[in-house]
Amino acid sequence: MADPEPRAPLEPIVGRYLRLTLGGRPCRVYFEEAGQGIPLVCLHTAGADNRQYRHLLNDAGITRDYRVLAFDMPWHGKSLPPLGWQDEEYRLTTAGYIETILTFCDAMGLERPVLLGCSIGGKIVLELARLHPDRFCALIGVESAAYQPPWYDDTGFLHRPDLHGGEVAGALMAGLIAPQSPSETRWDTLWGYMQGGPGVFKGDLWFYRVDGDFRDRVGEIDTSRCPLYLLTGEYDFSCTPDDTRATAEKIPGARFTVMREIGHFPMSENPAQFRKYLAPVLDEIRAARRG
Amino acid sequence: MIGAVSDDTHARILAIAETVNGDVDLVRRGRHCSTTFLLEAGDTSYLVRVREGRIASIERGPFLMRPWTFALRASADAWCRFWEPVPAPGYHDLFAMKKLGVASVDGDIIPLLTHLRYLKDVIAAPRRAAA
Repeated sequence: MADPEPRAPLEPIVGRYLRLTLGGRPCRVYFEEAGQGIPLVCLHTAGADNRQYRHLLNDAGITRDYRVLAFDMPWHGKSLPPLGWQDEEYRLTTAGYIETILTFCDAMGLERPVLLGCSIGGKIVLELARLHPDRFCALIGVESAAYQPPWYDDTGFLHRPDLHGGEVAGALMAGLIAPQSPSETRWDTLWGYMQGGPGVFKGDLWFYRVDGDFRDRVGEIDTSRCPLYLLTGEYDFSCTPDDTRATAEKIPGARFTVMREIGHFPMSENPAQFRKYLAPVLDEIRAARRG
Repeated sequence: MIGAVSDDTHARILAIAETVNGDVDLVRRGRHCSTTFLLEAGDTSYLVRVREGRIASIERGPFLMRPWTFALRASADAWCRFWEPVPAPGYHDLFAMKKLGVASVDGDIIPLLTHLRYLKDVIAAPRRAAA
């Protein structure tokens, strides 16, 4: 007997688990997808998860032509930490991040997907542009820079038992959201930060602040092998438009746009505003692929 | 004096107490917060005493040997820009102003971070009062 039709709105997003080996260890990786066509793999920000892409995954105008996929990195969202996690300090590294992305794409059989990453995801896009341009059809770095001057030099406060990590992460990230962003999506975004596991946000920032200083190498990126788009929100004071501009100026052919009335979490804090900037990029990528 | 607060700015800072204490949700969220911090607007200092989420007092300096836990300092102009209904980029958050180089955060920051959402709402109270 066929399943009954749902009596409430059913979103087109489907979530599944993929068994990957990452860093030599088995990992159960959760991902969601919707749509068909050109694969578009989306990377969440530090200390967050793939729920940041729920509006993009629900955008029929985009999923008509793109198969949108967003996974939770191990330690994030519904992807558990690997066996033995309780005795180790989590730290995201450049090499580990690249391995996770390429392994996911290979395991899913994605042929030259478009890769869109925000914040840490935007940063790793730069290193993939340098090392693996032929693996992707186009790269989109959102809130992306080779380097961001820090405004704190000790992230210890993000992981200490006498300070609630979710409370502090949420309150800290609230400042990175543009004042114009709608209340609902602002608080959705912060809820994600309030739910992170202990030490995970701090561990991701190791990559963002320390391991991922790419100032000495972004000049090697050859955009003729893979187009690179950089989109940064004007209210982002973590990765400022000036930070992205300094990176773009080192990369011939990089396409840089400042997004108005947007902060550090464009796809999540204000999906409608982000769409104004993303849709033309996706249209251009699709046209180039067809041509 | 350069950086001294205007009467209007002074009044807005003192009104923080009424705005906060009149917001039952804010007081509830701050109920575990009791601290005394220094708020500086240019050359003018204020000691803000918080007791269980309520503003017990806001006192204007100068002060001699008065203890505080942490200090939030910016020019009077920077605070006024911070309190605009829709602040410009860089003036929309305490740490944004710090990164921009127009504000500083000193002292024991752990109580500030512990109660960060509440305390951010306290210092932004003049923005909400104007709305």
